[in-house]
Amino acid sequence: MRIACPFCGERENGEFTYLGDASPKRPNFAVDGGESPERVEDAFYDYVYLRDNVAGVMREYWYHGGGCRSWLVAERNTVTHEFISVTAAPGAGAASAVRAGE
Amino acid sequence: MKYSIFSLARAALSGHKSWTRAWRDPAPKSRYDVVIIGGGGHGLATAYFLANEYGIRNVAVLEKGWIGSGNAGRNTTIIRSNYGLPGNTGFYELSMKLWERMEQDLNYNTMVSQRGIINLYHSDAQRDAFARRGNTMRINGIDAELLDAVQIRKELPFLNYDNARFPIMGGLLQRRAGTARHDAVVWGYARAANEGGVDIIQNCEVTGFVRDANGKVTGVETSRGRIGAGKVGMAVAGSSSRVAAMAGLRLPIESHVLQAFVSEAIKPLIPGVITFGAGHFYVSQSDKGGLVFGGDLDGYNSYAQRGNLPVMEDVCEGGMAIMPMIGRVRMLRQWGGIMDMSMDGSPIIDKSPVDGLYLNAGWCYGGFKATPASGLVFAHLLARDEAHPEAALFRLDRFRRGAMIDEKGQGAQPNLH
Repeated sequence: MRIACPFCGERENGEFTYLGDASPKRPNFAVDGGESPERVEDAFYDYVYLRDNVAGVMREYWYHGGGCRSWLVAERNTVTHEFISVTAAPGAGAASAVRAGE
Repeated sequence: MKYSIFSLARAALSGHKSWTRAWRDPAPKSRYDVVIIGGGGHGLATAYFLANEYGIRNVAVLEKGWIGSGNAGRNTTIIRSNYGLPGNTGFYELSMKLWERMEQDLNYNTMVSQRGIINLYHSDAQRDAFARRGNTMRINGIDAELLDAVQIRKELPFLNYDNARFPIMGGLLQRRAGTARHDAVVWGYARAANEGGVDIIQNCEVTGFVRDANGKVTGVETSRGRIGAGKVGMAVAGSSSRVAAMAGLRLPIESHVLQAFVSEAIKPLIPGVITFGAGHFYVSQSDKGGLVFGGDLDGYNSYAQRGNLPVMEDVCEGGMAIMPMIGRVRMLRQWGGIMDMSMDGSPIIDKSPVDGLYLNAGWCYGGFKATPASGLVFAHLLARDEAHPEAALFRLDRFRRGAMIDEKGQGAQPNLH
């Protein structure tokens, strides 16, 4: 696999570290917001442990530690290892690359 | 037909033309008491124990391809029971004991070879950790010996003891560990399960679950038609999430690719299994003479059954670090298998939240050594609807309860286990 970093160009994947699926979002409950402990626990259990484990195109986080040290979001096919797109992760020092809605 | 020296001699007299097939090739019946999805080592072992230990003989094993075509044919054939955490220690020792009597139980030569495993240590802290693990094993009745560098040098004189960063200070030895012949394990269980009445149905892909009005699983849809089932057991590690998704389940599992390698055949060199404690590299020698070795996962989710070059480089660097002469050997083959990486590195053998569906999943990259015990405890669960005592901690809800069995201490990051 070669990964086309939006800042550095196409580089071999040994320069990158993988975090995983980009879809789980950390639950955000207001302190003393009246949520039941069960609901909070369920939400965190889901976030920390459960995965869709997609067979097909998945959005995922990669870190370019051997290059620009940016966090990236790639769309990659887990069955063929083909990359569809690689963009800067929101908040990774590339505000202009923030996707709509994130 | 019972295999023995006499059956071999009789067949030899007729030019080896009298051998009959080792298991039948039946068409699926319309209903079974138990349907097992996945004709790998674990699925076939489960069927064998259902028929032979629990008296449930109306059983089918459904396999998408041919039996043993998944991870049963993609591992590095190591068997061992050198685990340190409650849950793992007893379970893997149960497995080791079943390996030790497997050939007699199955009347099949599975080439179980107890040549020992040495886990090398390279620092004081690692020695302490291995001493603790060895003590845990011994108080649980498992053999373990802590060796120093002088003792290791006698057994493995060819290692690099003076590596500046990672000098070899000693190792933890389990003499009863070793290797077994992976294909023979699959074929041995298939033949013995077949003799117990089990139908082994190949080229039969499960495409969905049949549910009744209450949501209970009552059968499976397959590429060879609908098959009814009293209970359905999943033993499809690598693809557990995909099969479970057909029943609407999400699992604490990610699928990752693990590569393994074999060199050209050389004369006997490595007595048992050796693992490098400062990187991730392990090596043994097959009966054909090839050095069989491997290391870390590639680290990204994959269903591709093939990996990439950076990990090959990393594995070979590990080999060069402890055993520089390995650099003179040419690599012959390389392959990748898809691992069910659970969130704590330990397996899940439990009822699923869906009535009638049972899980045997999350084997990470320790599935081969577990094959016999996995079959026994999963058969127990399917037959009695309660966990086998040695698998009582491998529950699906342990993540929610915070009762992880995290042998490597990496937390919920599957690519690090």
